[in-house]
Amino acid sequence: MIGLARPAPPSGDKRWKIVEATMRRNGYQGNSLIETLHSVQEAFGFLDDDALRFVALSLRLPLSQVYGAATFYHFFTMRPPGKHACVVCTGTACYIKGAPALLDALEKKYGIRPGETTEDGELSLLTARCVGSCSIAPVVVLDNEVAGKLGPKEIVSRVEGVMNHGS
Amino acid sequence: MGPENLDQIAAAEKLRAQGMRHHICVCTAAGCQSAGSGEVKNALAREVADLGLKHTCEVKGVGCMGLCSAGPLVSVECGEDRVLYQKVKPDDAEDIVGALDGGTEVSRLVCDTRAPFFSRQMKIVLENSGRIDPERIEDYIAVGGYGALMRAITEMTPAEVVQEVIDSGLRGRGGAGYPTGLKWSTVAKANGGQQKYVICNGDEGDPGAFMDRAVLESDPHRVLEGMAIAGYAVGANHGYVYVRAEYPLAVKNLRTAIRQAERLGVLGSDIAGTRFSFRVEVRLGAGAFVCGEETALIASVEGKRGAPRPRPPYPAQEGLWGRPTLINNVETFANIAPIIRRGGDWFSGIGTGKSKGTKVFALAGSAVNTGLIEVPMGITLREIIFEIAGGIPDGRRFKAVQTGGPSGGCIPEQYLDLPVDYESLVKVGSIMGSGGMIVIDESSCMVDVAKYFMEFCMSESCGKCVPCRVGTTELHGLLSRISSGTAGARELAMLEELCEVVRNTSLCGLGQSAPNPVLSTLRYFRDEYTAHAAEGRCPAGVCKTEKEVHA
Repeated sequence: MIGLARPAPPSGDKRWKIVEATMRRNGYQGNSLIETLHSVQEAFGFLDDDALRFVALSLRLPLSQVYGAATFYHFFTMRPPGKHACVVCTGTACYIKGAPALLDALEKKYGIRPGETTEDGELSLLTARCVGSCSIAPVVVLDNEVAGKLGPKEIVSRVEGVMNHGS
Repeated sequence: MGPENLDQIAAAEKLRAQGMRHHICVCTAAGCQSAGSGEVKNALAREVADLGLKHTCEVKGVGCMGLCSAGPLVSVECGEDRVLYQKVKPDDAEDIVGALDGGTEVSRLVCDTRAPFFSRQMKIVLENSGRIDPERIEDYIAVGGYGALMRAITEMTPAEVVQEVIDSGLRGRGGAGYPTGLKWSTVAKANGGQQKYVICNGDEGDPGAFMDRAVLESDPHRVLEGMAIAGYAVGANHGYVYVRAEYPLAVKNLRTAIRQAERLGVLGSDIAGTRFSFRVEVRLGAGAFVCGEETALIASVEGKRGAPRPRPPYPAQEGLWGRPTLINNVETFANIAPIIRRGGDWFSGIGTGKSKGTKVFALAGSAVNTGLIEVPMGITLREIIFEIAGGIPDGRRFKAVQTGGPSGGCIPEQYLDLPVDYESLVKVGSIMGSGGMIVIDESSCMVDVAKYFMEFCMSESCGKCVPCRVGTTELHGLLSRISSGTAGARELAMLEELCEVVRNTSLCGLGQSAPNPVLSTLRYFRDEYTAHAAEGRCPAGVCKTEKEVHA
């Protein structure tokens, strides 16, 4: 639109270029809001207020609509993720094969509930509705590696392993 | 690009394949991938290269072969001979490649493909799955791919295509079973001359269901071909595939497929020199179960919160951006190309009176064989669970089979001889659903299962209408109290009454069907509810009741 300059990104961080590329590819249309939010989360790991404001201005959408979409969809998170992520699948097959026991063990061990991150920022505990690997239930996705058919003790030692090993 | 070009590509691809003596196909779909098939494939490729067999032996990644519980699966083909290996480790590569030329097989890894798991299936949707490389369009074309689209746009009128789909008797595979041909003809008739859209619903949100993911990962071109044929039939030139962001491999394979199809000219402008143009875009879901509902899905494609709206007007009249829109599920579109290729009459010859063709199920839970299966409609639940799935492991007893996810119900043993079709499953209080099938054994508590699904619906309710937003929360609260043994007969009566209210007054399918798991377990496992409510005891020993906590 004539006379309307695109807003400047919240910071000089190069990752904003990826977000801007997504919006440009979609012609800065309002209907690309969800694609854009995906792009922000992929680049930064989460959505913060600055990001939402920037997206709203760029796509010329009311901030309420952007905030609404960001909080409506479970996939989006507004908290920074921990260094490691442990996602416990709570799909039906995993549930009846013992996912609650896995969650219990992890919650006790690290003192956090699903959706939370340990105070030192090392580990986020998350749940997934279903990752679709039901044949190897119960499934845990540890730093993007899918692991199946594990018991509570095994999963805790896996997580320990990743945290001690991880850079 | 025209039919003759397709033939050339197919011929070249077949010639290339014939040049290879052996084909080692490694399943690289999500199930086997999480069991480590990527490393197995690398190890096999290294071994082939080390032995200098690169020009006679091909190692390729293929889609889902079905028996995910025995993954990683590797299929070795030589002419007509085919050996299937199960639970393959990277260390097995040496033996597998070593056995190629001797004509022997590595007996410790062989998976018997004469077992009922394989022999009782019938594959239409999954005919290419596990056979072709999903990342190469040439492989799809070599097995006849895009031939149906060429035939439709060069030899048939749009009305003839719609008629073929009507004749096939195909019904929506997303769960509700609305006749596909009828939907197509409604969109085709909607206000001529204006923009129309085709949407593929790949928002497979049911926990325990992974059919659509498998189809998109294993044979993405089949879905694109079905969508393009639909576009031609209803007069749309633009399509969207709405896929869950939780399925990264499906998204990647789909995007690759769209790029390849556009480059080859089977998607894009003026396909095959006709005036028909069709483009497809991918839209990512963001984790909202309600977006499987068509009006919510449309809102999400428009970039808004996925809140449903009342129907009518149906999307066929006013859909995406207010334009007539055809929405079908992934599996429905995957059935289209074979119907055009082989005729509606062929398709309607399979299945039962009102349910035609086959259905893909994701078998999970307490069964010996779990994975992806495709069976003709009309097969009994008993055949699926005790023959194909191989029964219940560890000597436990069968208790129920759950179909339809949070919108479905639990079917007990006395109905196992029921034929699998849309009407029969509804009659016993469940639904066909999109194809999740979870086997439950005696170690599970049905009140707990009902509570699990209600927790799901409560958290996934979009909050737009009161009966669903408040009702599912109240139902979950009641179920929690029953399961903890702190509720009595009064709460049980309230539970039943509230189920009826939520079912009858919710705005969309999510709320209307949310009580189903409760109602069906109340119907068949009432004794478990009363044991919790009257005696404060969980017969399966799953729920921690107050009594036990105190003891």
